[in-house]
Amino acid sequence: MTFKRKAAPVVALTVAALALTACASSSRDSGTDSSAAAGGTGTFTFGAAGAPKLFDPFYATDGETFRVSRQIFDTLVSIKDGTADLEPGLAEKWEPSADGKDWTFTLRKGVKFTDGTDFNAEAVCKNFERMFDQNEAGAAAAEYWADTMGAFKSDAANSLYKGCKAEGDDKVVLSVTAATSKFPAMLSLTSFSMQSPTAMDKGKANEVAKAGDGFTYPAYSQAPVGTGAFKLEAYDEANKTVTLVRNDDHWGDKAKSAKLVFKIIPDESTRRQELQAGSIDGYDLPNPVDWKGLKDEGNQVEVRPAFNIFYLGLNPKAGNENLKNLKVRQALYHAINREQLVATQLPEGAEVATQFMPKAVKGYNADIKPYAYDVEKAKSLLAEAGATGMTLKFAYPSEVTRPYMPDPQKLYDAIKTDFEAVGIKVETETKPWNGGYLDNVSGSKYDAYFLGWTGDYNSADNFIGTFFGNLKSNRFGTEAQDFGPALSDALKAADAIVDEDERAKAYEDLNKKIMEDYLPGLAISHSPPAIVVSKNVTGLVASPLTAERFASVEVKK
Amino acid sequence: MPKEVCGPVLRYIIRRLLQMSGVIVVLSLLLFLWLRSLPGGTVSAILGERATPESRARLEKALGLDEPIYLQYFRFVGRALRGEFGASTGVLPGRDAFDIFLTRFPATIELSFLAILIAVVVAIPLGYVAARSRGGWLDNASVVASLIGVAVPVFFLAFLLKYFFAIKWGLLPVSGRQESLGCTRVTGFFVLDGLLTREFDCSWSALRHLILPAFALASIPFAVVFRITRAAVLDVLDEDYVRTAEAKGLTKQVIRGRHVLRNAMLPVVTTIGLQVGALLAGAVLTEKVFAFGGIGEALAIAFQMRDYSVLQVLILMAATVFVVVNLLVDISYAVIDPRVRTR
Repeated sequence: MTFKRKAAPVVALTVAALALTACASSSRDSGTDSSAAAGGTGTFTFGAAGAPKLFDPFYATDGETFRVSRQIFDTLVSIKDGTADLEPGLAEKWEPSADGKDWTFTLRKGVKFTDGTDFNAEAVCKNFERMFDQNEAGAAAAEYWADTMGAFKSDAANSLYKGCKAEGDDKVVLSVTAATSKFPAMLSLTSFSMQSPTAMDKGKANEVAKAGDGFTYPAYSQAPVGTGAFKLEAYDEANKTVTLVRNDDHWGDKAKSAKLVFKIIPDESTRRQELQAGSIDGYDLPNPVDWKGLKDEGNQVEVRPAFNIFYLGLNPKAGNENLKNLKVRQALYHAINREQLVATQLPEGAEVATQFMPKAVKGYNADIKPYAYDVEKAKSLLAEAGATGMTLKFAYPSEVTRPYMPDPQKLYDAIKTDFEAVGIKVETETKPWNGGYLDNVSGSKYDAYFLGWTGDYNSADNFIGTFFGNLKSNRFGTEAQDFGPALSDALKAADAIVDEDERAKAYEDLNKKIMEDYLPGLAISHSPPAIVVSKNVTGLVASPLTAERFASVEVKK
Repeated sequence: MPKEVCGPVLRYIIRRLLQMSGVIVVLSLLLFLWLRSLPGGTVSAILGERATPESRARLEKALGLDEPIYLQYFRFVGRALRGEFGASTGVLPGRDAFDIFLTRFPATIELSFLAILIAVVVAIPLGYVAARSRGGWLDNASVVASLIGVAVPVFFLAFLLKYFFAIKWGLLPVSGRQESLGCTRVTGFFVLDGLLTREFDCSWSALRHLILPAFALASIPFAVVFRITRAAVLDVLDEDYVRTAEAKGLTKQVIRGRHVLRNAMLPVVTTIGLQVGALLAGAVLTEKVFAFGGIGEALAIAFQMRDYSVLQVLILMAATVFVVVNLLVDISYAVIDPRVRTR
């Protein structure tokens, strides 16, 4: 081999490298100077469990997307920090008509989107018209609208949303086809954030399309424009970090941190280690077994008030006729030692549930007494029903933890032992959460199963309406129960009551009926989810809806 | 290469490429059917507790998952031939699955390349020296070390390294690929990008993030390459031509370089090629432990979320890479061993 031949690849590589160097130059800013305005210069780095799916919350259903969106956008109606109660957001006040079908919102004045355009009544109507007018793919992706409004423009007759009318610059009338308790609370959902109509038009925000087994989203979904305390600076997909910077023109209190970085770390134990190493300042949903250790290391573990319900669902449609007998369902409830379960298997602050919603919800009935743990009573109820020694196909999910259900298998083992103690033969079934469990629960394959719910907003309908309102298809198979139609009708009637106090009373009565006369399933417990930040962090207000806004957060060095 | 060599080698390469495409087509069919026969599915993964029969039906119809499976497969093949692999539903919904592969593949290459480099740089000289001092303390010690390398699962080693070097002593970062420095992206290889754009702090940060996962991952090829090198050198040392060379009075350097190492390298190169498969498997685990944003981590998320488009692309591309690397190994034979060329 001559020298030339040996050297050729080296020369070629060098030339290629030089060429690359010539066309690659640093595009890095020499530093952001948003610190010039009010507020600190610091960065708050949060360890997120997953990547935000997109930056247009209208098409999202997951918490990680909403966590980021919540910092960029505001909603008409907001949630008071640290509670589940409504407070003014972009709307300063609101007033329903006598029939509850027309809602007049008075908007905050002088608010601008981060692209410099005005937020006003026209912008609000453009937002609602945009949400309403979806193509097939968009309609399938916009789950929260479908869930709360029922239908889109193509099926307007079945939609709760009727129309939007601007009255001047700062008044807007939203009309619905029927009075509902969802209004106006549902407008606090991050999905219904107010986005810049100009930016949405430019980025063709509604052009969702099917591509293979998924959807593609338009350019706007990567370049969101809102009115929030922060704005998107960069999403580095390769390095899995989302960087937001303070919106110095925000209408409310300016953010305390100049930068907000979301570092995506899917593994929970790695998030904990990153906190220990000081490379993140906080993360969500620390494993309850770590709470003490985290506190001992000086971190602040903020336990949120529980806004969820963990229940044992019963479904007679799976073929067990015994479940149609109220005495059998009551016997199952009496057989479970819930006090012990809560004390030994659930995080501190967890409570035994007396009904299918937490205390903070309007319509909660404080007079309902919990079903006592009573083995003898359970046995005698089973005997009266002629179901002694019955078989129960009882399932739990694997490969999942939920805020209301930190360790499904341990909870299952405890309850199974309780059932066997009253003579029930338990047939154990288990499947991965995304690997068939949810399908089987929806498909009425199990007599009994674990599931739960974290509330989206403060409304009784969001809990018991979701569970039992739809007679034809719900996971408790109430269609096969004699009380099913009455319960469904009563829930719909309560939802349509306009007067708040009257409605709350109706839900209280319904809660009592559900627990004493119907018992479609067994409400087990409420578990508080936690969020952890390092000792240097100030200003975090934990939200029962797990909907924290980070504008007030600052890292003290 | 002379003309008389080019012909057979070219024919060989073409034949191998044809075989390769056959393998990929069969694999795509099996993969497609296997993914769809898994319990659960995209719709459950997206909707979770929120799923109602109506919302499931709406989403299934919009995604075309309610069509017969053969129709879905034909559509998939049709799109794949046009280079369209569909949009992700779980890893990064809305993004083209192939783009996700392109964004994440450099991370896995960077990691695997460094791991192979560490393994080769340490294992080949060590294997050679161990063979030369057969039975000595160095030989025994390195054989034991390589046994540990084979026996300890890679994720366990990753945990150990992370615990001591990152958490306990705080010498290296816990996870990720780079600090949030606002670095410019050119090729997606973070170390290289920093050099190209002269953002040297970016390169340095990327390198620091690479060290622990690369050492953990290197344990797989290290142990194997060491043992094969040692065995091959021992074999070659006993060959007649080495004795002949010594008798001819050639210098030690020439004997070592031209006769011993060069001949011993044949099995070693094959082994390195075969290790690529094991390395990709190891990368899945290592990336998970270090939240290193490569295809291994994406694969884990895609599986959990039943992200069909992404799973299809990642698995098919991993298979293609494996087959191509093995083809390259076979070609490199021709370069190292002249006998292969003339055969």
